[in-house]
Amino acid sequence: MESRIKTRMGDGSLVEMTRSEIRSELEAGVEAAVGRAKAPPLADDELGHLLDIYASPSRFSAVDIGDEVVLSVDGTNAGAFLSTQQDLQVYEQNFCLDIIEVAHIDYSYKAVKAIIPSQAQVVRDAQLALTVPLNYGAMPNLGLYSQPDGPVPNWAELLPQGRIDEARQGQEQAVEHAVKDMIEVGEGMWEAGVDGMDFDTAGAAGDGDFLATLRAIERLRAMFPDLGIEVGMAGEFVLGMHGQLEYDGVRLAGLWPREQMKLAAKAGATIFGPAVNTNTRKSGAWNIARALTLVKPCCDEAEIPIHMNVGMGVGGVPMAYYAPVDGVGRASRACVDILRLDGL
Amino acid sequence: MTRGMRLKEAKAYVAGKLGVSTGDLSDPVVMGDLRSELGLARVVTPEATYPREANAIEAKFRIARLLDLPINCVNRFAERAGLGRPSSS
Repeated sequence: MESRIKTRMGDGSLVEMTRSEIRSELEAGVEAAVGRAKAPPLADDELGHLLDIYASPSRFSAVDIGDEVVLSVDGTNAGAFLSTQQDLQVYEQNFCLDIIEVAHIDYSYKAVKAIIPSQAQVVRDAQLALTVPLNYGAMPNLGLYSQPDGPVPNWAELLPQGRIDEARQGQEQAVEHAVKDMIEVGEGMWEAGVDGMDFDTAGAAGDGDFLATLRAIERLRAMFPDLGIEVGMAGEFVLGMHGQLEYDGVRLAGLWPREQMKLAAKAGATIFGPAVNTNTRKSGAWNIARALTLVKPCCDEAEIPIHMNVGMGVGGVPMAYYAPVDGVGRASRACVDILRLDGL
Repeated sequence: MTRGMRLKEAKAYVAGKLGVSTGDLSDPVVMGDLRSELGLARVVTPEATYPREANAIEAKFRIARLLDLPINCVNRFAERAGLGRPSSS
């Protein structure tokens, strides 16, 4: 009789499975990704390595010595502990992150535009006291430009009414506003001395959200050739809220990580962060197998560094506020070992 | 992060500039000594209180020069302090 191994579900709860059951979960996760995204399945030796990682009873799991990757992170200061600058120093000196980030609690470029001078001052002051590179980050968050929060007609209200053309026009107008705001914030932070910009949860409001991000990146790259630009996606699949938007002749709706990465690189991004959402009803093994299968084509063809989103509820990490280290460690190691990516 | 260099290439670049192996880059003992020797900053809190050693923005001037990398905040600092542009850009 097979022994039972403690392992995590996608919601973080601890369950017990046999090695054979974990293997079945991994195979089912691969199958789910292949079926959805038409991605090639993981190879047998990759599945075997994943099984060794996920069937291990140890609390910690880590990459081999020498295989370490870069750790970048979003929102490293929300005033949670101390002042903004002290928070950043804690993340640099105690949490040992490689690239940290100034972020406002509103975390949307539309909101930040109104307070660029004060945020730029934070960046400037922080850069005097930090050694590691510093990003400024926020979300494109296209939804904020729709009524009643913003100036353009609300496509989420128009679509259910069948007013498709008006919904599309609203999104097109929102894209213009968002691009302008992202460029303005980027200019302000560059002048203050930031090392890079982070466009986090790109595509959260669908294809218009992703288009605005790409256009803003293109402009910022042309203006500031030495600016680092990181794009972190909101999910594995670009939703077609508009359905007809294109960038460089490529329709954005329905893009998976590989195609997302190619467009981000073309626009001028220097780091791309694919995101695959965790299914809380499935096991950690199922989730990581699905995530890796979806992202592997992106890493295999990457032209820029890939920093996969591996945090609460994404990248095979359980959707739990207090992320169990065994779940995070296994997912992180699996990403590095199987994907051979550049960072997390 | 500014050149879009993939990790393997980036590790080789930095290791070459520092005269160490790529494996040394993630060895805290080797890098702790090297960072101190080259004035590249001791990052971890208990080691940050060396008032005679370069730290933070001071160390970033050295990093920009040693790695031949443009660092935006270093260039801004130099311009505003009237020091010219110290790193390639």
